[in-house]
Amino acid sequence: MNEKTMHELRKIGFYTFIFIVIIWMGVPLLVSTLYAFGVPDEYYNPHRIIPFHFTLKTIKMLLFTLGGWNALKNSVIVATLAIIISFALGLPAGYSIARFIFPGKDTIKLGMLALKIFPVPIMAVPLVMLYIRLHLIDTRLGVALAHSAGALPLVVLITASIFAGTSAELEEAGMVFGLTRFQSFLKITLPLALPGLAAAAMFTFVGSWNEVFAASVLTFSHRTLPALMLTLMQTAPDYYKFAAAFIMAFPAMIYVAVARKYLISMWGIALK
Amino acid sequence: MVEVKLENLKKYFDNGRVKAVDGLNLTIRDGEFLVLLGPSGCGKTTTLRMIAGLEEPTGGKIWFGDKEVTYLPPKDRNISMVFQSYAVWPHMKVYDNIAFPLKIKKYPKNEIDERVKWAAELLQIRELLNRYPAQLSGGQRQRVAVARAIVVEPEVLLMDEPLSNLDAKLRVTMRAEIKKLQTKLKVTTVYVTHDQVEAMTMGDRIVVMNKGHLLQVGPPTEVYLKPKSMFVATFIGAPEMNLMEVSVKEMQGGIVLEGEGFNLALPADLGELLRKYIGKTVIFGIRPEHMTIEGVSTLEHVTRAARIEGVVDFIEALGTDTIVHALIGDRLIKIKLPGHIPLPIGEKVRIVIDLDNIHIFDKSTEKAII
Amino acid sequence: MAKKVSKYVPYLLVAPALIYLGIFIGYPMIEGIKLVFYENGGFSLATVHRAINNYYFWPALKNTLGLVVIIVPSQLILALIFALAMNKVFKGRNVALTLLIIPMTLSDIAAGLIWYSILSPSGFMNKLLLNLGLIHAPIQLFGYQFHTREFIMLVFVELWRSTVTIFVIVLAGLQMISQEYIEAAEVFGAGYWTRLRRIIIPLLKPSIQTALLLRTIYAFSIFGIVWVLVGRDIPVLAGEAYYQVTQIKDYGVGAFYALLIAIMSLAIGIVYLKLTKAEYLEVRR
Repeated sequence: MNEKTMHELRKIGFYTFIFIVIIWMGVPLLVSTLYAFGVPDEYYNPHRIIPFHFTLKTIKMLLFTLGGWNALKNSVIVATLAIIISFALGLPAGYSIARFIFPGKDTIKLGMLALKIFPVPIMAVPLVMLYIRLHLIDTRLGVALAHSAGALPLVVLITASIFAGTSAELEEAGMVFGLTRFQSFLKITLPLALPGLAAAAMFTFVGSWNEVFAASVLTFSHRTLPALMLTLMQTAPDYYKFAAAFIMAFPAMIYVAVARKYLISMWGIALK
Repeated sequence: MVEVKLENLKKYFDNGRVKAVDGLNLTIRDGEFLVLLGPSGCGKTTTLRMIAGLEEPTGGKIWFGDKEVTYLPPKDRNISMVFQSYAVWPHMKVYDNIAFPLKIKKYPKNEIDERVKWAAELLQIRELLNRYPAQLSGGQRQRVAVARAIVVEPEVLLMDEPLSNLDAKLRVTMRAEIKKLQTKLKVTTVYVTHDQVEAMTMGDRIVVMNKGHLLQVGPPTEVYLKPKSMFVATFIGAPEMNLMEVSVKEMQGGIVLEGEGFNLALPADLGELLRKYIGKTVIFGIRPEHMTIEGVSTLEHVTRAARIEGVVDFIEALGTDTIVHALIGDRLIKIKLPGHIPLPIGEKVRIVIDLDNIHIFDKSTEKAII
Repeated sequence: MAKKVSKYVPYLLVAPALIYLGIFIGYPMIEGIKLVFYENGGFSLATVHRAINNYYFWPALKNTLGLVVIIVPSQLILALIFALAMNKVFKGRNVALTLLIIPMTLSDIAAGLIWYSILSPSGFMNKLLLNLGLIHAPIQLFGYQFHTREFIMLVFVELWRSTVTIFVIVLAGLQMISQEYIEAAEVFGAGYWTRLRRIIIPLLKPSIQTALLLRTIYAFSIFGIVWVLVGRDIPVLAGEAYYQVTQIKDYGVGAFYALLIAIMSLAIGIVYLKLTKAEYLEVRR
């Protein structure tokens, strides 16, 4: 029965691995959340591994006195705008690259790849000059436009690789049955590409949400959350840091909790 | 080259609720071309996959020769398989696809080259060796899949509906080629299909399956001429066997089948078999080509015949044959006549039935009595 | 009419994106070059001199490169392992998957601050070890003198935060691989590692290529997580650019650092392209 014991051992090893991953991923989140609500004195007490007493004071301070709430709102607006703009421009381009063979296609693809490498920082510095002239400085739209430009080459390439992955034959079958290419795209390719596209959209959202550099450089009063926290945390005491982490992580938690079923069924459906 | 034995093989899904294969017992002879035939969902592909080791049986045993392989992983079974969508790896050249099994088994380099070229030659794809699958047509990719399957000498060759994705003309060509190949290589082959023409033309023996059960196993002619159940009788043969309900009556010392609008007197030896059914209804079956129409066509090799009256309802002129749809009472039956016989619709005809090729089925068990 | 439309359709679909990029990347690019090389109406290398002779420049360059070299390959291997594991169905997969996804939605600043709760002198790790009696004084990870420790800590936290982004792409790519390809390999004698090497990874090349490229860019402009955990103890190029622009207001030097990041990214990108080009996808029927 050596086969069977090997099988069992492998199973145990696998589950141990999964357990370690869960601990590694989960514990920091748990701890920082507890500390965020913990009473500062208990944080500095070396015998209190986890706080027993909790307070909302730190968080409230961050949100309402130090400008956290407004910054949060700004972040959401900017990220949403970034997705809309970059997908509206990028999806058609990605589809075109995946489906059609036309002169210049390879150049464009290469160009996208080259541009994708182009990081945001360099845009922000000279962009400041341009924005001042266009009165876009210190606006959420301004930041969103910059984020979209950063995300666009990525969106084009990811959508292109996704559409390349879904068979052109399926679309052509649709066209044989009376759909125009566009309808075929909507009804056949798009649903198939949905998991990948959702990943791309998540990607873009995260990119904008995380983005600190351009946001910090292009704004001073309408700051996004990361930009605000960047400057605040340089001088804040430790326990504010955890509160800040919580405020920044909390919307993310909600998002994952709400979209979790969708996200996981996305993977789940693909797996069944 | 090995004998495959399936012993009470079971595969259940969904906690026993779905019985894909339910107690299959079968011995596949060394070197034979065995076809698993049946409609979708009958369990033939599941059976094949269990032989391959891609599915784990819920119960039962599988033997390759005298070695039990029931839980052995596929790679240790010395098998080859041709998949329904070919599974030709897109990132490797045709040459590398075919060479893969040899490389894994660590054959020496020159032998790999020899064998790959041999297999490619057999499948007539020698010129395609340096191309990528994306550059090939479906039929060409299928040949690559077959070449890859024969390049190592497997003990068992498995094929999962390999022709179903090909166009009709190609299918006919490939049927012959695969059969010729197998005869030449003499490898034990299990071939899954839902196409009864494929089964009839290729199989040394056919296994007819339905709902996870083996209904009948035998050479094509036997399954065709002596079906053991109604399902087998109607599944094989096109156009389908004619079936009608008749009552068994005793008249003047002999057994007579009374149907709607006709009476069929049975010869003594056949009538004897129906003694138990006097007064009951049974299902009477006769294939379209085992009947003829008096005056316009003849049936060869008929020793005993009976005659009934009918009216022509419709004619299907196929060129090589004619299918006559005739009404017997209210019942419609099909008669297959060789050649082109344009009968006028509404014409009264006398139908001759070859009594040595009739079938009687028990109404409830659907099993054959005659 | 139909033929005329279809000839231009590919171009029409691509045009809006190209125009937008031209404006938002092309123009700043030119402006950036102007800022660096133009001074008082003429070509000048004065800005470049200032930038290179800055005390923090060479350390920043070294650190940035070091971080990239260590983080990116590690992430790829980790992501592949995660993707292969998550591709199976097992109990608790939902939990693991959810947890893995979470860092993807966090900003790098948040990630740094979250880990600060574990790694700080009064953090979870130290307190746990202290109370278990395994150490007698808190392990100091922060502070200018602990350069190596801070570096390792950065790598560790960044792995925690951003491996997911590769994982997501690789998993999606993994699922696009038809099960039959893998079964065929199984049937023809390939064990798990052989299947992985010969079938799965080659077929994952497009996904891996996309993911690697992405991570390398991000890694070159690593900023927030460094800034919030160790400040300027570990200078990085992007950090110096930020500092120059917002504190010193020397736009030229800032632009120079930013330009440097761009060029390095570009160079690596081209190398990647050449190495991982999947020939079979480009082959036309």
